[in-house]
Amino acid sequence: MKFSEQWLREWVSPQLDTQAIADQITMAGLEVDAVESVAASFSGVVVAEVLSKDKHPDADKLNVCTVDDGSGDPVQVVCGAANVETGQKIPFAQVGGVLPGDFKIKKAKLRGVESRGMICSASELGLEEDTSPGILVLPDSAPVGIDFREFMQLNDMTIEVDLTPNRGDCLSIKGLAREVGVLNRLPVSGPDISPVSAEIEDRFAVSIEATEQCPRYIGRIIKGVNVKAETPLWMVERLRRSDVRSIDPVVDVTNYVMLELGQPLHAFDRENLKGGIVIRLAKPDERLTLLDGSDIALRPETLVIADHNGPLAMAGIMGGENSGVSENTQTIFLESAFFTPLAISGQARSYGLHTDASHRFERGVDPELTPIAVERATQLLIDICGGQAGPVVEVQSEADMPQERAILLRRARLEKALSKALEVDDVTDILQRLGLEVSVQESGWKVVAPSWRFDLSIEEDLIEEVARVHGYNNLPVRRPAARLALRSADEATLTQSQLRRQMVARGFQEAITYSFVAPELQAAILPEAVSPVLANPISADLSVMRASLFPGLVRAMEYNLNRQQPRVRLFETGLVFNGELDALSQVPMLGALVCGAREGEGWGGAKERVDFYDLKGDLESVLAMGGDVDAWRFEPGEHPALHPGQSAQLLHNGEPAGWIGTLHPQVRATLGLKVDAVLFEVRLDALSQGQIPAFEPLSRFPEVRRDLAFILNDATPVQALLDCAKQQAGDYLQDIKLFDVYAGKGVAEGCKSIALGLTWQHPSRTLNDEEINQLVDSIVTQVRVKLDAELRS
Amino acid sequence: MDHLPTLVSEARDAIQAAPSVAALDELRVRYLGKKGEITLLLKSLGKLSAEERPAAGERINQAKQVLADEIDAKRHQLEGAALNARLAAESIDVTLPGRGQSSGGLHPVTRTLERIEGLFTRIGYDVAIGPEIEDDYHNFEALNIPAHHPARGMADTFYFDATRLLRTHTSPVQVRTMKSSEPPIRIVCPGRVYRSDSDLTHTPMFHQVEGLLVDEDVSFADLKGTIEDFLQAFFERDDLSVRFRPSYFPFTEPSAEVDIQCVMCSGAGCRVCSHSGWLEVMGCGMVHPEVFRHSGIDSERYTGFAFGMGAERLAMLRYGVNDLRLFFENDLRFLRQFA
Repeated sequence: MKFSEQWLREWVSPQLDTQAIADQITMAGLEVDAVESVAASFSGVVVAEVLSKDKHPDADKLNVCTVDDGSGDPVQVVCGAANVETGQKIPFAQVGGVLPGDFKIKKAKLRGVESRGMICSASELGLEEDTSPGILVLPDSAPVGIDFREFMQLNDMTIEVDLTPNRGDCLSIKGLAREVGVLNRLPVSGPDISPVSAEIEDRFAVSIEATEQCPRYIGRIIKGVNVKAETPLWMVERLRRSDVRSIDPVVDVTNYVMLELGQPLHAFDRENLKGGIVIRLAKPDERLTLLDGSDIALRPETLVIADHNGPLAMAGIMGGENSGVSENTQTIFLESAFFTPLAISGQARSYGLHTDASHRFERGVDPELTPIAVERATQLLIDICGGQAGPVVEVQSEADMPQERAILLRRARLEKALSKALEVDDVTDILQRLGLEVSVQESGWKVVAPSWRFDLSIEEDLIEEVARVHGYNNLPVRRPAARLALRSADEATLTQSQLRRQMVARGFQEAITYSFVAPELQAAILPEAVSPVLANPISADLSVMRASLFPGLVRAMEYNLNRQQPRVRLFETGLVFNGELDALSQVPMLGALVCGAREGEGWGGAKERVDFYDLKGDLESVLAMGGDVDAWRFEPGEHPALHPGQSAQLLHNGEPAGWIGTLHPQVRATLGLKVDAVLFEVRLDALSQGQIPAFEPLSRFPEVRRDLAFILNDATPVQALLDCAKQQAGDYLQDIKLFDVYAGKGVAEGCKSIALGLTWQHPSRTLNDEEINQLVDSIVTQVRVKLDAELRS
Repeated sequence: MDHLPTLVSEARDAIQAAPSVAALDELRVRYLGKKGEITLLLKSLGKLSAEERPAAGERINQAKQVLADEIDAKRHQLEGAALNARLAAESIDVTLPGRGQSSGGLHPVTRTLERIEGLFTRIGYDVAIGPEIEDDYHNFEALNIPAHHPARGMADTFYFDATRLLRTHTSPVQVRTMKSSEPPIRIVCPGRVYRSDSDLTHTPMFHQVEGLLVDEDVSFADLKGTIEDFLQAFFERDDLSVRFRPSYFPFTEPSAEVDIQCVMCSGAGCRVCSHSGWLEVMGCGMVHPEVFRHSGIDSERYTGFAFGMGAERLAMLRYGVNDLRLFFENDLRFLRQFA
């Protein structure tokens, strides 16, 4: 809500400057977004009258005028506007004046004719954003020679408040003035509004079917209105200062009364109404063409204003095109109604609409305003457009009107809530100033909320009002007290923070990518993924929930490669979304991606590019953190995003827990990536499962080490060899190290030599050669049997 | 015997001139070894008379001692020089950069979230998390935002279907926690949230931390104290001014928005605070009885407060980041600044 300070001050005028008012209402919960001058800065502009107008001798589009600017002698000025006419009152910038944008007015010659000054348009004076088609024509009553700023009362400020949805009562000058009055303990008074007595008998029948949604409806015929009349400048200006454009006097008056009092009004052309007004819910298959030209299929829960032919308007939201007032309208039917917030709220939004009327009705319009607003509008309309008013036709369903809300505010509760004992009289005063009926009781205050405060219905609402008016910053500050109870701490579980820090220690930067990705990207990486799709994405690029961290990491890599960052090490933690909505899993994962050089560019060599084993090493360092490495296994496997010969599935206690591998060359090609990347993604819940260390006594007896090299078929995974060796190595095997991998000369083609170092140690004695030899024999035999691999000679 | 002084003098010259430890060792053998010249002199003492013998013996032993000392001294000198030469030869340029993997860094948002969590967990709050695809009930209904409430327009929600959506705040986690546990409850809920808004100052995904404290006798004063302490601790400014402005959230009452004195200009007015001297940093309030009712908590017995803040906003203020969108571009040149 944006309003003119002058307008507010007609209702209530505290001894505060503009900024102080803005600060005061901000601190009372009506947040001021902006305070601005109503007009740009200019000077030397006066009201003048056009005395004569002659064609410029050398220019078709120019006129040579003389104007009376009150200085005595007529002033000659060349004017290019098409609408300039003799006898007009106009804003005239005198020589020496300065227009917005520091445009200085000087004596000039235009095509040889002297021009001393300038007749101004609204936009040249900064009163309109758009370029105005012609000069601004002032009312005939404008006094010649008076300073234009003074005449237009332009030394005014607009204050824009961003109102929270509970304060619909402040969506008018009346409501804002009421609030300012409360805060400054000042009386508030608006214009006199008295009933306009009927001069004619014309009436139009009104019946309410949907009384629950529309408990009160007032209609009135006004006959003989001149829609072509001009809206007075003061009204146009006030509307402008609230960002409302002047349309025609009927629309302007309804808008003006809405801004002034808060009651949205609607005017119908009486000639377009058939039978009588019916307020009802829409019927199946009914349609309505709205004022904005859109044709809408009405849903049955939508409240409409209808006549006997069908819907005329979407109640409280927008009028219909065919029943509205046009410049030929002679007789209008003026509507002022109370629609309940529940009847309107959500409706406008559900049709993609949002209007000043719906904004107010869904927040609550004071039901007591209905008759007042109709009288105010009638008077203004007759003043501007002439015409004669018929009698007011009022239909009301008393039972459906908002019920009186009596609320008890307990003193003890108030004190406890604020940690402060406020004086009873102060609280009573605050409540009364807010317009509540208050009766002070032993235990507190029994109050009745005023009709305009839809947001007051429970005790907490009152506590908030008291706190707010008293001032939040005048309330005490303390620290919560709590018992110092220790809680158990799960030592075996690793936190996300620990895991992240390990990745950081391994040289990774953490990325945070959007949880929604482009469907094509996800399809390129995970063609079979099923994940939820947003119904209303912000763009197609961000429309499908990620089924993996891979798409986001790949996108982030690409972003960096395109910015001369060839070495990328990124990780991310976050949820991935898999499955249809009804069988959805939202699983936290740790993912990582590397590409480029193994180490940052330096002098020490190591210029190789990263490969699978680099990232595997990083991942193993994370797996080791929990102290339960044996729970993890890497098994060769196929994943659509990964190179089939360079990818492994991670198993945690035998359960699938993630993937690691080189990005599939096909995926790389599809995405147009020029470099290889290695990625992994592992479930965070599995990663965080560690174990509590269990001490084993250190043996005092010597270790025995044997090194064995086996010739394995290339297709046999080393893991099988390790498993086999471990299985046969007996209870006292301490360690098994893989210290060499070799293929080439001396090893048959299609084979590889794998060297293992095995270490044994007995806790309580020295192991002898014989028993070690037996174990080694058993390993060699089993490897031969199971893996068809021989000891390298 | 008479040539002893000459011998000593020659030997001393030779020792001083010895170029190496090995040469010195040769001299030791030559003069003091088993068949060394001094040793032989000692052996020849027997040829002297009993009267002459002690004096001569003493002179020879003195000479022997002198030479032994000189040899030791010379050895030290030679060894020291050798060591110095070796050290000089082995010296390296210690200003060359070190080898190996350099360390990475946490994302500034994570850094901020962890910092906020840390401040609260240290005084007894737990961290609670929850799903990001939520249902209408937990994101709105249970928070006193019924279907047609105008406040639904406050958050532009991403929907999947009529009832399922991306959470617009982490408040659903509060609801889930209140439903599943008994007061006293003290939690902070960090996480990703989503609103369909994208421009210079909005991203469709961002991070929030919300907090909730429910206990007997929790008042607005406790809320004010907690928020003031938090903001002063977060910005490490004991004198940071904090103010509470009445506001409206459907799930709290009384509700407040919290402004701090601008941390960029210390309240003098700058571009960041739109020349107001104040920065809006979070929202808060006392838990609405309707929210307690949905969660099965007796609002007569228990009261509580809740607060919520945007992690990106706090990170921007803390680290001086001037463009929100940088947080999600994952530009390494940006990320590395927070290592």
